[in-house]
Amino acid sequence: MTQAEIKLCSLLLREHFGEIVERVGALLVRAGAQPLRMLVGDTGLSLEQVKKALCVLLQHNLATFQLPKRGGVEYEARAERVLRILRYPRYIYAAKTLYGDTGELLVEELLLNGKMTMSAAVRKVADRLTETMEDGRTMEYADVSSTFVRLADTHLVQRCPLLPNPPRVPPPAPTLVLDEKEMYTVPRLNLTPPPEDDGIYWQVNLERFHQHFRDQAIVSAVANRMDQTSSEIVRTMLRMSEVTTASGAPYTQPLSSNEIFRSLPAGYNISKQVLDQYLTLLADDPLEFVGKSGDSGGGMYTVNLHKALTSLATATLESIVEERFGSRCARIFRLLLRKKHLEQKQVEDFAMIPAKEAKEMLYRMLSENFVALQ
Amino acid sequence: MAGSGRGRGRAAFTFNIEAIGFSKGASLPDAVCKPPPPFPSTDNKPVPLKTGEDEDYMLALKQDFRGTMKKMPYFLAVEEEREAIERYSKKYQSREKEHAAWTPDWRRLPREMKPRKKMKKASVKPRKAKSSDPKSNLDVLKKIEELEKKDDEEEKSEDEKDKTKDKEGEDDDEAEEPEEYDEEEHEEENDYISSYFEDGDDFGAGSDDNMDEATY
Repeated sequence: MTQAEIKLCSLLLREHFGEIVERVGALLVRAGAQPLRMLVGDTGLSLEQVKKALCVLLQHNLATFQLPKRGGVEYEARAERVLRILRYPRYIYAAKTLYGDTGELLVEELLLNGKMTMSAAVRKVADRLTETMEDGRTMEYADVSSTFVRLADTHLVQRCPLLPNPPRVPPPAPTLVLDEKEMYTVPRLNLTPPPEDDGIYWQVNLERFHQHFRDQAIVSAVANRMDQTSSEIVRTMLRMSEVTTASGAPYTQPLSSNEIFRSLPAGYNISKQVLDQYLTLLADDPLEFVGKSGDSGGGMYTVNLHKALTSLATATLESIVEERFGSRCARIFRLLLRKKHLEQKQVEDFAMIPAKEAKEMLYRMLSENFVALQ
Repeated sequence: MAGSGRGRGRAAFTFNIEAIGFSKGASLPDAVCKPPPPFPSTDNKPVPLKTGEDEDYMLALKQDFRGTMKKMPYFLAVEEEREAIERYSKKYQSREKEHAAWTPDWRRLPREMKPRKKMKKASVKPRKAKSSDPKSNLDVLKKIEELEKKDDEEEKSEDEKDKTKDKEGEDDDEAEEPEEYDEEEHEEENDYISSYFEDGDDFGAGSDDNMDEATY
């Protein structure tokens, strides 16, 4: 973590949780795993305050605890996760576009509270929606429940690790486990009290939202480069691969042209041949967003996720250099990206820029750490 | 001794000027007399921020979220100092509702997280008398196990009190009695009888020697 990131974590904690949580959290981020008494000593806060702060951090998934071999309990901050607080509005807005106001409020409540049982979340959101409704209508718990189930089905929310059956002699801290298969299983509920899902907590699945943003970025890049129809085809391919492709995979599972044709959204009336033409065009494009991996089923196609993201990242970098230093510097920068290492003379020749100016531009970029000497 | 590098009244540098790129005789750049301006004007202005309906909505969401978080029970504010003088305007300023208390699910947290209970003498429950005996063995076993794990003196005493809190009233009783007894013991460590000089007025009044002599 850089100094700037640590400072940012500090400020985010202070803004959302107050100074006490900030002090405890900032110390954990800087110093790594600590036991309780070290935290009390180093923050100068009282034991009660530190305990409360840790409870808040643990509730919001911003810290974890573990039982090291030498005994006792150690607490660790999840600094990356703290920085994700910056993206909360984006997550909430994405839920709104996908599942309407109900989805939006469900995700918002889960983010506000860190983790909740399904019954608590559904009840809270239904009450909030009822407040905003006119004519004395009420929001049915069942409707909110069904939206929650849809969120779980698309993995946007997931279950928190569970308590195992309590052993005869309880250890100093529980070991929470999570069975992968159970991560998205919604318990059967009847919401009239008492709720039967005590102990089953849900949290927002940030990784899934990040996948969604990644897909959006790829689709809009295709739309910019080609046309609306191509982007819809790519969107369909990504949607079909949502739950079959791991989040870090370099490319999606191959999909046949026939499958894609069947899965296109209802409004799109393109013929099979037109679809095939589009797919060929996409596969032949030098950017290589889409690749052809076989010929069965009318042609097997995948989306090259890593290649696509690399192209987008590169385009962003080039655009930054262009805006900050000018188009000629951008030309030098693009050259360096392609050729990796160049000598001063080669830069002048390839970029077709006079020596004196080339030297000046390189020095400017060097002084701001955009290029480095070797 | 001829000063090194001092020619006849001519200024010269103590290092080889060609090393940093100035050829011999070339004019040096102007000497710098003040710090550079904090915001020098640049040729390339930054690109304007992305705006639009989506961004406006997300900005509103963000401000909303920040405001709501400050009212949640998770927001631990540092207690402000009590005012020395009660202000007249306090009556008319709307006091924000006290943060609703929030209890975490203790089952999911390490046991040392649970706050230490103050020893309440008032909470006496009759069933404790019967159930304390069979359970006390478990408690003692638990205590021993934790003591083995902990290597810090302070933690030990804290955790003893923490871990034995699983049954509520029970521990109050258990902890109370030894504590009271300890107090007595401690007070007896010196040679003075603690009740001797409690009330100065009664000094000498308790003497029952049956002495009929007058005291002078």
